[in-house]
Amino acid sequence: MEILVCARRVPDTSENEIELNGAGNDIDRDDLVYSINEPDNYAVEEALQMVERAGGNVTVATVGGEDDEEILRREMAMGAKNGVLISDDAFNGSDGKGIATILKAYVQKNGFDLILTGVQAEDAGAQVGGMLAAMLDYPFASLVNAIEVLDGGKLKISREIEGGNKEMSEIDLPCVLSIQTGINEPRYVGMRGIRQVASVPIPTLGASDLGVDGAVGEAAAKVKRVDYFTPPLGKGAEMLEGSREEIIDKLIEIVKAKGGLK
Amino acid sequence: MMETFGSPSQATYWFIQGRLLFLILHFLGVACFAYIVARRMVPLMRAERDFRFDHPWMRLGRVLQFWLGQWRHPRYRTAGTIHILIFAGFIVLVMRAFFVLSLGTSSSSAMPGLPGKAGHIYGIIQAYAATVVFLCMIVAAVRRLVFKPARYAVPARYGKAHTADAIFLLGLIAILMAADSLFEASRAAAQAQQGREVEFLAVLSLPWIFKAALAAAPLPVLSTLYLGAYLVHDLAFFFLLCYRPFGIQFHVETSLFSIFFAKLDRGTIKPVRWGVADAQLDQVKSFGVKTFEDFTWKHMLDFYSCADCGRCSDNCPANAVGRPLSPRFITTKARDYCFAHYPVLGSAHNGTPLIGGIYSEDEIWSCTTCGACEAECPLLVEYIDKIVDLRRGMVDDGKVPQSLQKPLKALESRGNPYGKMEKKRAEWVKAKEFQQSCSVKVLNGKQDTDTLYFVDSITSYDDRIQAIGRATAKILDHVGEDFGILGAAEKDSGHDVRRFGEETLFMALRDQNVEAIKASGVKRIVTADPHAFNALKHDYQDVPPVEHISQVIAREVKSGKIKLNPVENENDVYAYHDPCYLGRHNQVYDDPRDVLDAIPGLKRVEMTRSRDRSFCCGGGGLALFYEPKEDQRMGVKRIQMAAEAGANVIVTACPFCMVNMEDAIKVAGMEGKMTAIDLAELVEKQMVREGPPEARLQAGLPAPLEREGMWKS
Repeated sequence: MEILVCARRVPDTSENEIELNGAGNDIDRDDLVYSINEPDNYAVEEALQMVERAGGNVTVATVGGEDDEEILRREMAMGAKNGVLISDDAFNGSDGKGIATILKAYVQKNGFDLILTGVQAEDAGAQVGGMLAAMLDYPFASLVNAIEVLDGGKLKISREIEGGNKEMSEIDLPCVLSIQTGINEPRYVGMRGIRQVASVPIPTLGASDLGVDGAVGEAAAKVKRVDYFTPPLGKGAEMLEGSREEIIDKLIEIVKAKGGLK
Repeated sequence: MMETFGSPSQATYWFIQGRLLFLILHFLGVACFAYIVARRMVPLMRAERDFRFDHPWMRLGRVLQFWLGQWRHPRYRTAGTIHILIFAGFIVLVMRAFFVLSLGTSSSSAMPGLPGKAGHIYGIIQAYAATVVFLCMIVAAVRRLVFKPARYAVPARYGKAHTADAIFLLGLIAILMAADSLFEASRAAAQAQQGREVEFLAVLSLPWIFKAALAAAPLPVLSTLYLGAYLVHDLAFFFLLCYRPFGIQFHVETSLFSIFFAKLDRGTIKPVRWGVADAQLDQVKSFGVKTFEDFTWKHMLDFYSCADCGRCSDNCPANAVGRPLSPRFITTKARDYCFAHYPVLGSAHNGTPLIGGIYSEDEIWSCTTCGACEAECPLLVEYIDKIVDLRRGMVDDGKVPQSLQKPLKALESRGNPYGKMEKKRAEWVKAKEFQQSCSVKVLNGKQDTDTLYFVDSITSYDDRIQAIGRATAKILDHVGEDFGILGAAEKDSGHDVRRFGEETLFMALRDQNVEAIKASGVKRIVTADPHAFNALKHDYQDVPPVEHISQVIAREVKSGKIKLNPVENENDVYAYHDPCYLGRHNQVYDDPRDVLDAIPGLKRVEMTRSRDRSFCCGGGGLALFYEPKEDQRMGVKRIQMAAEAGANVIVTACPFCMVNMEDAIKVAGMEGKMTAIDLAELVEKQMVREGPPEARLQAGLPAPLEREGMWKS
């Protein structure tokens, strides 16, 4: 099975103090450290595990700039056979649809049995996977938290429904799935693993390679960011004071008032 | 008839001449043993390299201390005493065994022996030796069967009890001793009956008792006993010889070599591959131990030498709190694997993964590398290097618990496990009150500063632990030390990164630190973190000498630069907890205690587990992030030990101990009953700060370094 995982490099939320920039239209990007979007890492791990069971290859592609090569290396160190950097100045400023258009062109040029994305990008809106599927006219399932390969070009997939229920579906290949975190336990990749794939070439594909001139980039974007801000903090927690008994009484009163106790 | 008591070699056993029979038996016995030992050497030949031939004199000294001197045995008084007696008995009986065995194959009918007086004396000593060994077998069997010390038990998950094997072995040795004694006694009894003068001085020894019992026995019976006992002795001897390489009894042969080749240094970690320089490591295909053959030959020898005494596990904190780790079984499982995969008969089949085979991932991550097992093992079996090697293998295969992946990634990108910004590494010095009394400079290489205070990550970033950093800085300031910190240029020491098996990341952190330290131009390093201390001392090369703050304090208390006020509350009882990487790994036991004892009015008690038997708090560095499967926290057990000793203040000298102890106090609900304090914090609190500079000079204290208000704090 040939599997494509669409990945994205994002500022690592656990290793940065995210602050707004002076202009208030983006975060302050000085002194940030980046890593692969965490759900995408689960998608790569899932793809690797599927290939270990059913054979095939995993390709990881990202739409971005030169710096984004680092996440491709990391995922190749995990075991992905190919990494592809899709990069062109003409892609700058693309909206979700633009990214989906670029990826669609890449998929059509290469042909994959299965395309995985993370459930959402930590710095964006979970939009590319669905649009990519629609553009390719592939079936799509989101929030997938288990995959089983069935005979006859089908997958059995599971997703968790609000409230903890599980829904099982069969889906025809080729298809696009967005992968939920927790579907697996991604393997560890350290500096050594990355160094070992340091000399593996990563091809860069541009707009002309994919034939997407004009349809993408800032000019073609129909969604534009108009503001970016940290919402004001809501009313803080209420500290109950008094003796332990008094605190308990007050707490019961509040819970009752909110309908938590009858 | 008399000849019959001369030598079994001259007798006839079932129509075979004794000499021929024993020649065949001895030849078969020795050949069999040699073959089995040769087969046991096969895995060692396929093992990884290990450099263990340096410092031969030092190694010989350790053989004298730990092998011949049985140095660590008395740590367990009963078992240790029994072992020392058996060991001494065996040493004495080696010569006796040679004499007795050679008698059976000798053409002469005379019993070989030492000449003259020496022969008489040896005769007495060996008779008692056999008796003592025989009695020890009985005592040991009774211990095993009746008293059943807890450390011999085998939990169900580790397989069946080893009692039957132990009793079988004890029985064999007892038979050997009894047969030898009976052989000697029956001849003596016969000679006495024949009116010959018999010298038999070992009163109340086993042969003496047998002889007395056989005094009236008819000569033919004595003759049969004599020849029979000899045959039994012979068979038992060679059976035991060939049976030894199949279990714990192999240590009789291997322990000498295990101890000779034992690791000489402490606190260090073996290189990924012996003989491969760091720069060449990228060419090494696989890191660590993944299959049995990835162990070094010395580590395999350890597996052969382990006597299954259970002392390691008895002292292992992971085992004590119900983690899925018991060092004893790390060894015995590997030995079982080795015997099964390298059989004495048939071909070796090897190469199966150890993790998921005989070891589980959780088992190997459960170790805190505290070193309690190694401090206890009478045979100097190594554990930490093996655990680290197994972890290196797991890291190489990507098998790292999710809870550790984030801190490792953060260490890679930010140089600390918390993912905090590098530029905030020196924020702790900016606390308002602190900054007013003590300014800490960030070294840039141009200040010509003597001393570097290496802070490390937890002290730099953890809100609570920063207080230890500030106390340390104030102490250094108080004693007039010209010091600074590296600030953003300092990275995590990588101490526990290395011990968790991430060698490549450790090397990157180490290299950055070494470069920063060199650029700072300092001549010495001080740290308050025993893990950083150990890393700088043992894992880093070419850095200035390093001291732990407790050593500095102890020295300055002696020099008089630090004077200490009496304790505020005279009712408090203090117990000092030895941090593993200060105590066991670096032998700093007395300095912190001397400092505490220098505080007037301070009442100090020792916990039962102290010094090299200290009980790990739960582990430092990445161990703080690891989520073990356990019944109880190590820290909780530790503060209970402090309470049992009658203490209500537990003093430690390690930031990780502090985190674990304070958590444990909360978890155990002992807030208000137990307090944890770092030695530096305590000293900083008790330090006498005499007024303005002139007064300080009069009191013999160093002048403050042109900083205002330092005596206000």
